[in-house]
Amino acid sequence: MKSLIYLIVGIFFGIVMFKSEAASWFRIYEMFNFQSFHMYGLMGSALAVGVIVVQSIKRKKMKDTSGNEIKIQDKNKSIPRYLIGGILFGLGWALAGACPGPMFVLLGAGYLPILVVILGAVIGTWLYGMLRGKLPH
Amino acid sequence: MNWILQPWPWYVSGPLIALVMFLLLYLGKNFGMSANLRTLCSLSGAGKSCSFFNFDWKAQRWNLIVMIGAIIGGFIASNFLSENQVPAINPKTTAQLHEIGIDSAGEAYVPTEFFGEEAFSNPKTLLLLLVGGLFVGFGARYAGGCTSGHSISGISNLQLPSLIATIGFFIGGLIMVHLIFPILF
Repeated sequence: MKSLIYLIVGIFFGIVMFKSEAASWFRIYEMFNFQSFHMYGLMGSALAVGVIVVQSIKRKKMKDTSGNEIKIQDKNKSIPRYLIGGILFGLGWALAGACPGPMFVLLGAGYLPILVVILGAVIGTWLYGMLRGKLPH
Repeated sequence: MNWILQPWPWYVSGPLIALVMFLLLYLGKNFGMSANLRTLCSLSGAGKSCSFFNFDWKAQRWNLIVMIGAIIGGFIASNFLSENQVPAINPKTTAQLHEIGIDSAGEAYVPTEFFGEEAFSNPKTLLLLLVGGLFVGFGARYAGGCTSGHSISGISNLQLPSLIATIGFFIGGLIMVHLIFPILF
């Protein structure tokens, strides 16, 4: 039963990503050229609602469906990890025009070459796993 | 019902993204799509040679289901909820893309040069797609999250690391589009 709920949330997410054009390479390119407000509005309004949602969850000590208090884990303090990792991610995001959610949305939409991007992303994740002991964190 | 077939404006879609994050939190999980890439590595047996992938992937089963849902969502949106949706990008952007040889700008959802069948017979395109994916996968894990985990969930939780990561995403994107694209195209 819970699996079905996750599936529905995923389907909803996929539809929103496609219909909002967050899964379009063109929109990503346009965003990095500052030629439209669309993507900024999309992220900005998601964040405006997101901040209110998360802050009220914390203030009201809201519980999840299993009755546990909803906790959002704090991330470890670091700068190089987030900055370098972030820049590398951004390079790929602008080139492939898809981040890890929309990749799968585009696969469903039938753009089969996205499989090459997904393969690359899995290999990239694996490379990170192999090299992480040697990287500054 | 006609509005559903039109592109969805940002002020509708943005809050709906926040709703997805809320639903996952309410279900006791979190919104982070790139974690699935790590799980896919574990499923492929990467845990045998690397401890980073040696974890109980079944605990991430729910997220894989969300990922499969996203695939189905993409199928439904493009086949049943759209009438050949073409992003109405800035005419300046379109002109700029035509200049660098991406002629499908203004005519397709994504560039057919990269995502049409013809991509499979173009080694340069295949290499660019693979490298793009590599950076996304490597960078997301290095930064500990992607646009969903950092830019939406992390910043909603007012976490400084997520703001730093998001600034990094933008620096990387700007470098790619403004400094590397002129060399590539």
